[in-house]
Parts: sequence; C-alpha cells; structure tokens
Amino acid sequence: MIYLQLFLAFIQIGFFSFGGGLAALPLIEKVVVENHHWLGNGEFIELVTISELSPGPIGINSATFTGFKVGGIFGSFIATIAFCLPSVLLVYLVFHFIFYYKKNIFVKKFLLGLRPSVIALMSIAGFSIAEKGISDWFSVVVGIVIFIFIYRKKTDPILLLFLAGISGLVWYRG
Amino acid sequence: MTFFSKKKRKVLFDLFFSFFKIGAFTWGGGYAMLPLIKREIVEKRELMTEEEFIQGLSVAQSMPGAIAINTACFVGRKVCGISGTFFSVLGASIPSFFVIIVFISLYKQYRHLTVFQNFFRGAAPAIVALIGGAVLDIGKSVLNNWMDLLIAIFLFLLIFFFNIHPLWIVLIGGMLGMLRTR
Repeated sequence: MIYLQLFLAFIQIGFFSFGGGLAALPLIEKVVVENHHWLGNGEFIELVTISELSPGPIGINSATFTGFKVGGIFGSFIATIAFCLPSVLLVYLVFHFIFYYKKNIFVKKFLLGLRPSVIALMSIAGFSIAEKGISDWFSVVVGIVIFIFIYRKKTDPILLLFLAGISGLVWYRG
Repeated sequence: MTFFSKKKRKVLFDLFFSFFKIGAFTWGGGYAMLPLIKREIVEKRELMTEEEFIQGLSVAQSMPGAIAINTACFVGRKVCGISGTFFSVLGASIPSFFVIIVFISLYKQYRHLTVFQNFFRGAAPAIVALIGGAVLDIGKSVLNNWMDLLIAIFLFLLIFFFNIHPLWIVLIGGMLGMLRTR
C-alpha cells in the first residue's frame, strides 16, 4: 500500500528532522532513495534543486515532490500531511508542558547536544550531492565561484542557483 | 459557515492569508521566512506581542520538523487554538504544495530534454556550495568549543564510513549532550 508507506516515511522524517531542511536531507535521502527506491540518485539532486528554487520550506517541498512522483496528487497530499503532523502534535504537547520543558536540564542538554549533529548531517548532505554533482572541472569552477559569492553574502542564493543552472545550460549544450 | 463567530472568522482568515502570502513569496526555506512572519503577525496584524513571539520561536526552533510549519503551529495555537493552528499550517504549506506540483508536472514531461538536464547539471555544484556556506555559517556560531567540534567530526565519520541511519546521529548527538556536565 503505497499511500501508507508514504505516510509512514514522511511522518518519520517529520519527527527526526532537527535543524531545518538542509540538515534533514540525509534522512530524506536515506528513506526516499535507499530504503524505498522512490527516487534514483540523480533524481535526488533534482529534488533538492527544485526544492531550493521553489518558495517555501524545503521539507514540505521534498514531501510534495516525492509524494507526487510515487502516488500522484493524492500521494503528495498524504506525504505533505504526514510531514506536518509531528510538528502539530509536538507543538501542542510541548507548549502544554512548556514550563516543565524549559526548566528541564536534560531536555536542554539534549537540544544543545544536537548542534554537532546538525553540522555533521549538513556536511554529509553536501558530500553526497558533491559525489554525483561535481564530475568535471567546469563543475568545480562553478562550485568555487558560487561558494565565494555565498560566503560574501552579497547575492541572493536563489539567484546564484538559477545562474549556475543557466551556465550549465550554455556550457554543456554541444 | 456558522461554526465560528464573525470576529473569529476574521482572525482565522488573517492567519491563513498571512502564512499563505509568506509561503508563496519566500524563497530559501524556514529561516528566511521568520522575519516576514514576525512582521506580519506581530507588527502588522498585532495578533501577538513580540515577547510572546520570541519565546514561542525559541521553543519552535528547537523542535523537529520544518521551522516555518512549527512557527505556524504555535502562532495559530496562541492566537486561536486548534482551528488557528489548522488554518495557519494550511496557509503555510499550500503555496509550496501547488508550486511543486506545477514544477514536477513540467519536469516529468520535459526531464529527458538535454536543456533540462544541463540546467540541473550546472545547478548541482551550486547546491553543494550553498550547503557548504550554510555549514560554515552555522559551524561558526555553534562550534565555539573543541568538544562540539570533535563530536561533529566523529558523527560525520560515523555516517561517512559506516553509513549509519541519520536518525541515530540525532539521538547520539542528543545523548552525548545529556552526558556532558557543562
């Protein structure tokens, strides 16, 4: 039952994606590419690119994308709902016990301990995309140039992403 | 609709429309959406005070899930209970949902075209650069002590060489945090 599988997969992703969309990418890749084979490796990079180029949270975008690929409109509906559900449940639970939660030293330490995890997960996401996505010297140059622009924070990353795509279009056309 | 009073309907519509607008016009994920949400909810529509918003945000950010969705949840709950949460989350996710559906329909139809493939080929190194920039950015502000840095490297190697499930990275990081006496 594909819809149930989608539901369970994205509820799991929703529960364990700490630190925002980029940190959740390895988990999404594990579940969507390795466990279920819903997307191929090249398609995963396309998912990330399309998610970045579209407005809205990356988690929602990848849930909708995968859901649609696997089960059409209804599939993307199920995946998106499943991804949002843990947020709704946890916000209700946590805000109900907010005073207990905020004072609890173990909860605090657990959350502080997640910071290195987020860094590790984001680096892995970068690495696994680099493995496939950086294949010749042109892509190395594009990567370095874009990185410099991003690092100096003067240009909008989405515009850079778009320009990089255009550069690929021109360079690889032959 | 007779479920809600006129005043409540107006608040629900405000919530839905605010999050819809932000969801439709903010690129770059949850973090980019936060200042806009604050402007819309706190300053423009005055649905909650800045103090309430900041407090809620600190909790919402530390929880799993998309940051924009978590924020929509707590703002909706605070302003209007469960129906508030429902309309806020709906507003925040509908734009992405439809934009992606349009994107993927085009993509399914045209992905075999070399134009599309070359575009993605060019964009891939930019995605790597984007993630690299985010890692450095967060790394600078977060890894301000040796212990955190060592744990981050350890966790990285753990996935890199042993391919362990990312879920364990979250749990191990949290557990190590609890064991530390700082």
